[in-house]
Amino acid sequence: MSDLINIQNLSKVYSNGFKALDDVSLNIKKGEILALLGPNGAGKTTLISAICGLVNPTGGKVSVAGYDIIKDYRKTRELIGLVPQELTNNQFDTVLSTVNFTRGMFGKSKNAALIEELLKDLTLWEKRNSLLMHLSGGMKRRVLIAKALAHEPEILFLDEPTAGVDVELRQDMWRLIHKLRERGVTIILTTHYIEEAEEMADRVGVIANGKLLLVEEKSVLMGRLGKKALTMDLVTPLESIPESLKSYDLELSNDGNTLKYSYDNQGESTGITALVQALSEVNVRFSDLHTEQSSLEEIFIDLLNVPNDSNHMVEQKQ
Amino acid sequence: MNFHAVKAIYVFEMARWWRTIYQSIVSPVLTTSLYFVVFGSAIGSRIAEVDGVGYGAFIVPGLIMLSLLTQSISYASFAIYFPKFTGTIYELLSSPVSYFEILLGYVGASATKSILIAVIILCTARLFVDFEIAHPFWMAFYLVLTAITFSMMGFIIGIWADNFEKLQVIPLLIVTPLVFLGGTFYSVSMLPPFWQKITLFNPVLYLVNGFRWSFYEVSDVSITTSTIMILSFLAACIGIVFWIFKTGYKLKT
Ligand SMILES: Nc1ncnc2c1ncn2[C@@H]1O[C@H](COP(=O)(O)OP(=O)(O)OP(=O)(O)O)[C@@H](O)[C@H]1O
Ligand SMILES: [Mg+2]
Repeated sequence: MSDLINIQNLSKVYSNGFKALDDVSLNIKKGEILALLGPNGAGKTTLISAICGLVNPTGGKVSVAGYDIIKDYRKTRELIGLVPQELTNNQFDTVLSTVNFTRGMFGKSKNAALIEELLKDLTLWEKRNSLLMHLSGGMKRRVLIAKALAHEPEILFLDEPTAGVDVELRQDMWRLIHKLRERGVTIILTTHYIEEAEEMADRVGVIANGKLLLVEEKSVLMGRLGKKALTMDLVTPLESIPESLKSYDLELSNDGNTLKYSYDNQGESTGITALVQALSEVNVRFSDLHTEQSSLEEIFIDLLNVPNDSNHMVEQKQ
Repeated sequence: MNFHAVKAIYVFEMARWWRTIYQSIVSPVLTTSLYFVVFGSAIGSRIAEVDGVGYGAFIVPGLIMLSLLTQSISYASFAIYFPKFTGTIYELLSSPVSYFEILLGYVGASATKSILIAVIILCTARLFVDFEIAHPFWMAFYLVLTAITFSMMGFIIGIWADNFEKLQVIPLLIVTPLVFLGGTFYSVSMLPPFWQKITLFNPVLYLVNGFRWSFYEVSDVSITTSTIMILSFLAACIGIVFWIFKTGYKLKT
């Protein structure tokens, strides 16, 4: 069985009647890195919380390694480490004791060597005896990661691991994630940053309004990224695409003023030269032309149905 | 059974207390001494014996109960309220622990602390008055059972409360009056008949009297009734806690 996590028709209606998850079905494979993308309020945290036991699902089923998350919660939770979105800490605790605490909560006996390695990996070893309230925000986030990994989980949930984190730490985080993946840890992360999903994930899922809109291999999405479009502004409007041009992937705008040609820029030839020749043969002339490339961001926005307005995501990126 | 988790919670709670140990010890010692100066010596010297026991000695079990009840509630309610308040409750909810184990950790730590305080008060009181404990086993029985019961009550309050006022309102408005009116400083027989009847509805009366009986073999109510009362109180708390856990009340959304 290669599916480690199996989510079937999961829904969540909060007590105020708000539907935060709407019939989500998703299989997560062992050893993969899955990035969940989605705008604020999409339901990413709710999805993770339902799997981890923080939120009672109102419908559907989730199993982890074949065990039901409610009936066999001990079995499933032992496998899972969770880094929550919010920085929550026992301010009066030290780094070392809070990490040991989590290991204990997961039913494991002390392992000083393992914890030392973990804290060194996260460059927290020097700070092991510091009180959490004396740490910076980025360090606190690293402590949360150390806690999540303290019981050697097979599955790691990272809810916005790089929110409010500087470039250096973000790269540290990516390195750590790759290292964990080599060990076979399955990682599910949520993010607003498309480049983060591109950098790290094997598969990308897009959530909006509680619905899972798409889950796809990153390579397939990147394939879509290879698509380019050439737009031509015509001197005289056309009524229809001429018969001789039918073999090209052409699209005529409603007013007949622009012609859009889609092609694969990673293919052997783009076909532009031939198209231009064919156009002049049927006497179609254009006053201007430009090319554009679809980005993951565009695919994303298309999916979310935010017409031509990428401000939202751009804001998130800054 | 996830013993490591129970231990982790217990040790964490005890460690937090240990950091402020001087405060934790000095305050009950000081309060008890004040009670003895005021009630035991100043006022007590003008009060005749109650039920054949000197007044100073008479109030010792009541004083211990007073502190046992209030401390148990306050330790346990803060212990579970705090993770809810700071958000670290996520760790409890996502760990492979049963609610029973969580309860064991928190209530165990809270009961341990309040029993330690009770023992300190007992020793302090011994410096002021002479008394003997007729039934040490029963004394320990009442001490432990009361500490556990009221720690559970505190646990319930801590889960129910969603702000600091609520956290303090029950101990302040309900528990303290019940303790003071439960015969801590007097024998119910000293009250007018009407008030004697009313007092019989106060559960704390039974705790204080059972406990006092284990010292001096004097009690306003029968010792069997006392024992039944404390056990049913415990049963009620267990019932509520299990309901909370079953429904995830105020713990899970
Ligand atoms: N306890 C709650 N009660 C009612 N509604 C809630 C509760 N928690 C979350 N919601 C709502 O559910 C929706 C999904 O929230 P969720 O936290 O899962 O979003 P998210 O995708 O993680 O967003 P973000 O990117 O901002 O973290 C939001 O509209 C939120 O307001
Ligand atoms: Mg979120």
